[in-house]
Amino acid sequence: MTRLLDVAGLTVAYGGIVAIRGVDMHVDQGELVALIGANGAGKTTTLKALAGMLTPASGSIRYDGVEITGEVSHRLVRRGVALVPEGRGVFARLTVHENLAMGAYIRADRDGIAADLDRVYGLFPRLEERRAQTAGTLSGGEQQMLAIGRAMMCRPRLLLLDEPSMGLAPLMVQKIFEVIAAIAAEGVTILLVEQNARLALQAAARGYVMESGVITLTDSSAALLGSEQVRQAYLGE
Amino acid sequence: MDIFLQQLINGLTLGSVYAVVALGYTMVYGIIQLINFAHGEVVMVGAMVALTVIGALAASGSMPPFLILTAGVLCAVPVCMILGYLLERVAYRPLRGAPRLAPLITAIGVSIILQHVALLIFSRNPRSFPQIVANPVFDIGGASISAVQIAIMLISLAMMAALTFVVYRTRLGMAMRATSENPAVAGLMGIDINRVITFTFVLGAALGAMAGVMVGTYYGIAHYKMGALLGMKAFSAAVLGGIGNLGGAMLGGLLLGVVEALGTGYIGDATDLCNVEWLSTALAERCADQGHMILFGSNYQDVFAFVVLIIVLVFRPSGLLGERVGDRA
Repeated sequence: MTRLLDVAGLTVAYGGIVAIRGVDMHVDQGELVALIGANGAGKTTTLKALAGMLTPASGSIRYDGVEITGEVSHRLVRRGVALVPEGRGVFARLTVHENLAMGAYIRADRDGIAADLDRVYGLFPRLEERRAQTAGTLSGGEQQMLAIGRAMMCRPRLLLLDEPSMGLAPLMVQKIFEVIAAIAAEGVTILLVEQNARLALQAAARGYVMESGVITLTDSSAALLGSEQVRQAYLGE
Repeated sequence: MDIFLQQLINGLTLGSVYAVVALGYTMVYGIIQLINFAHGEVVMVGAMVALTVIGALAASGSMPPFLILTAGVLCAVPVCMILGYLLERVAYRPLRGAPRLAPLITAIGVSIILQHVALLIFSRNPRSFPQIVANPVFDIGGASISAVQIAIMLISLAMMAALTFVVYRTRLGMAMRATSENPAVAGLMGIDINRVITFTFVLGAALGAMAGVMVGTYYGIAHYKMGALLGMKAFSAAVLGGIGNLGGAMLGGLLLGVVEALGTGYIGDATDLCNVEWLSTALAERCADQGHMILFGSNYQDVFAFVVLIIVLVFRPSGLLGERVGDRA
């Protein structure tokens, strides 16, 4: 399989404080990989660095065979890297429709955009009902749908999802994960960050475990779900 | 003459200019939460450049007046746009990550520098705007309205409508609104935030240049310090309407202009102690002699804007149209 994302020795620091150190990971074309860990372990920092929102102190990020370390986010989107940020980050004062249009900001193919809009509305009929409402009036779950739908509007090859289950009711979490599975089934490569380790590992084929800014464990999801270390630390058993 | 109608017309004229200038403050604030105190000076530069060009062309004679005026505008607007671009690039961008106080002080510093550069170039004497086009005055319902006043209101209105269209109906406007709400996420959408910020400054400066030409033509005078007070009032208008809010800046500007004009029109009568009955015997001699004893005259004109600002902020700190959007994030 071809490696879509290849990260080696990635280190990111805020001021003088190192948030993640020497992270090695890779995601193959078409894979769904989970990155799990406790609050503050450095998962969000990792995703932000991958999406170009933070400049790494050292290490390298290769995407689709090209070195992209230090490339800023608005350029990475054009290469097909989309991030659904933690806390969703919808534009509260823009309408649902405008949010989705923002997702397609880099595209000019009207027909393609219209088709993708239909596809997103097909995945999330609730969004179509509320297309003229401002995003700030949506519920948390609807905002998460919107954030994912918006990311899909740029036709990403690599989708980075940061805590999509955060703060959502169980039924909504289930719905969101169904959609993530559907997106993966379409062939989009996904790196999923989650605190809800069980959910993430059930969705993903492989996983990385992060602790205090370092990758401590990596294996297939089945192996991680069975591992004593993971069960005690993250599955609450 | 109908004082109320007359002052309403004067107020709406001035208010239109305030509104156009206020838009420059509010747009920049909306995008990067910076109060660009140098914006008033951009307006001044617009007036000065237009005046210089118009003066030179009028002296040479041969051109039709309307063309001369257009040429003045066509020079002032690009000069101010370049100035706006340079301001952002040289003064504010290097401080993008700095604490908010740093760019604020820089803005004040830039404003002082621009004033003094203008002083060096244009001298400290007020310059009169050459009256090259006829300015007929029309009578409506007991009040008079001049062609310049009508032109100022119509041009301002057209610019406000055009700006609203750009911000709410175009792709770039959508990018501006997204950037203003969350620059980091806007970047994730593929928006080059720096370009949006530059565009905002340039657009605001273009509006400022137009305002400069209008206010110069209206008062018939331009001065290197004219941007300071005008800028403060327009800034007050932006805060009054709810800073960061386009509609608020327009409403705030018009409201401020009207309040100022009506206040100026009535304050003399309202504070004439000879009209106060229980004082009339005490002041009889003086009132008989001069006919009035006015406490606050129309020279208090500039106070109204700020009094209104303070009153509104006491009761509505976020301004008239300023809203608190629930941040569910």
